[in-house]
Amino acid sequence: METAKKQRLLTGNKAMAEAIAQEMENNEEVFVLGEDVGKYGGIFGSTEGLLDKFGPERIMDTPISETAFIGAAIGAAQEGMRPIAELMFVDFFGVCMDQIYNHMAKIPYMSGGNVKLPMVLMTAVGGEYNDAAQHSQTLYATFAHLPGMKVVAPTTPYDLKGMMASAIQSDDPVVFMFHKTLQGLGWMDPLEASVGYVPEKAYTVPLGKARVAREGADVTIVAIQMMTVYAEEAAKRLAEEGIEAEVIDLRSLVPLDKEAILESVRKTHRLLVVDEDYLSYGMTAEISAVVAEEALFDLDGPIKRLAIPDVPIPYSRPLEQFVVPSADKIYETVKEMLEE
Amino acid sequence: MGVPKEKLLWMYEMMVKIRYFEETMEKVYMEGKTPAFNIGAGTVPGEMHLANGQEPAAVGICAHLTDDDTIASPHRPHHHAIAKGIDLNRMTAEMFGKVTGLSKGKGGHMHLFDPDVKFACSGIVGAGIPQAVGAALAGKKRGQNNVAVAFIGEGAANSGAFHEALNLAAVWKLPVIVVVEDNQYGISVPKEKATAVASNDLRAPAYGIVGEYVKDNDPIEMYKASEKAVERARKGEGPTIIEIETYRFLGHFQGDAEMYRPENETAELREKDAIIRLKAHILDEGLATEEALAERVKVVKQLVDEAYQFARDSEYPSPESALEDLFVQQ
Repeated sequence: METAKKQRLLTGNKAMAEAIAQEMENNEEVFVLGEDVGKYGGIFGSTEGLLDKFGPERIMDTPISETAFIGAAIGAAQEGMRPIAELMFVDFFGVCMDQIYNHMAKIPYMSGGNVKLPMVLMTAVGGEYNDAAQHSQTLYATFAHLPGMKVVAPTTPYDLKGMMASAIQSDDPVVFMFHKTLQGLGWMDPLEASVGYVPEKAYTVPLGKARVAREGADVTIVAIQMMTVYAEEAAKRLAEEGIEAEVIDLRSLVPLDKEAILESVRKTHRLLVVDEDYLSYGMTAEISAVVAEEALFDLDGPIKRLAIPDVPIPYSRPLEQFVVPSADKIYETVKEMLEE
Repeated sequence: MGVPKEKLLWMYEMMVKIRYFEETMEKVYMEGKTPAFNIGAGTVPGEMHLANGQEPAAVGICAHLTDDDTIASPHRPHHHAIAKGIDLNRMTAEMFGKVTGLSKGKGGHMHLFDPDVKFACSGIVGAGIPQAVGAALAGKKRGQNNVAVAFIGEGAANSGAFHEALNLAAVWKLPVIVVVEDNQYGISVPKEKATAVASNDLRAPAYGIVGEYVKDNDPIEMYKASEKAVERARKGEGPTIIEIETYRFLGHFQGDAEMYRPENETAELREKDAIIRLKAHILDEGLATEEALAERVKVVKQLVDEAYQFARDSEYPSPESALEDLFVQQ
């Protein structure tokens, strides 16, 4: 067992890039294509160092032509290769969604399972650095709503590496969402959670399994990516007051680990769902519905939800802070739930 | 075909105004971001794409436009906005996220909207081209004699929107001009790695329209090419693509480490600064004295200083106002 002192620490982006590198070493059919993935190493560092290792034949900078290169990834995947296409910001899906949802998501099904698309579409999500309405969304639910894509969104560097390896090895198309703030980039808000223990050797973390980020008996907080980080912060403060919150980091939206959620709710009898996506018709509604359908009588009080209140992400700092859930809001909501 | 003296002087003063605005923003943007750079911190947070060096593209064509002509601008919009005559105080306040901003703080620097001078922009590459086509269509349907201009970077010419919009504009013979600012890079990717032809005016024949190329970031040549394009558009002779070879003095955004760029590249580009060249031309031709130019410069710099002061002195919007403006009709 390694001691904490000897643990190898990596930022989220380096963990992801390491997984891609190891899979590329193992399998010549894996290649990366996207805007600024070469010399730049990905705008959010997802391909840092890969051009030097693998050269421009396998780390391919593309023109600003998402329909063309995502469509090309689908075509190469149909031939059995394992492309990883990067959509620089998830917000840019609008220009290429036909390839994504009418083709990447549907070809395996429409072919009766005869055509496999072993590809990864990786994309940066999230806000809170004042990048406004067209560069700050997560759009988790937009992708998770459409059948045919596995949709994952890991939080920790350990999971970013392990789940990227699983995504590349998967025979199904995987939308791999990485959160900008959790990449641990030097030019963004420094965040403790964006650095963590990552083993050097290759390993996988399964897709479709939630992680219990913190155990507790009084309330379940279901969250994902930055909202997991905030939920853990809130849970620490609540613990000082004797309230033990259990934090579930979903990690994966499709498949959804319903059992992990239900098991926790059956223990705590209270549920708060926190999302950095829009409130209505979103992940918070889905989780709430699952619990209402399958564990309603285990609940001691109403389910609560925190998410973006159905407006585009505003630019100005006080406006953005108002719409995005925070550790404070989670703390206050849990307190209210327990006082009811 | 010469350029009228007043137009030359206007272009010079406007280029200086734009440059001074951008250079001021360079400094203001760094307030609160040192010693450790954090994109979300400081007086003006978020991404910041500045246009230092790219002024000729904006002034050369805006010299021919009126308030009734439309501009659709991309993520690097300040030079177009200022040359089009946007409300400078409210534009600056918007970048500060203040309630007096054009969008009351909801938009930010990539999302500036001033309907009074028909200016709009988008942070999505290529998105403005079809919208300019729509503005031109509206003008044509109403029997107005307006022109719509879409500014794009050379990288956007490889988006589907470029092809679809230009074909539509050509087939409907709409008064649209697409100005391609070739600043050599789409973020880090050099043009020759992304575009199969040397310049995008060469693509014009594929749409059955006219293409113009302006080399060396020359505002006078840009003025002349634009004059022809605007005239064609107003006469109902359809769209034009103008590509201008321009210079990006700074990174793609502020904070860009620019490791993809040869070391002396920006220094060499700055030596060919169009502002310096245009000033020399004006003085050589005896169109104005050094003192007269200095007076014009003083006036426009003061306007920029006032805009920044206005932005600083303004209040932030109330947090709850984030919930307003989703629909204009309740």
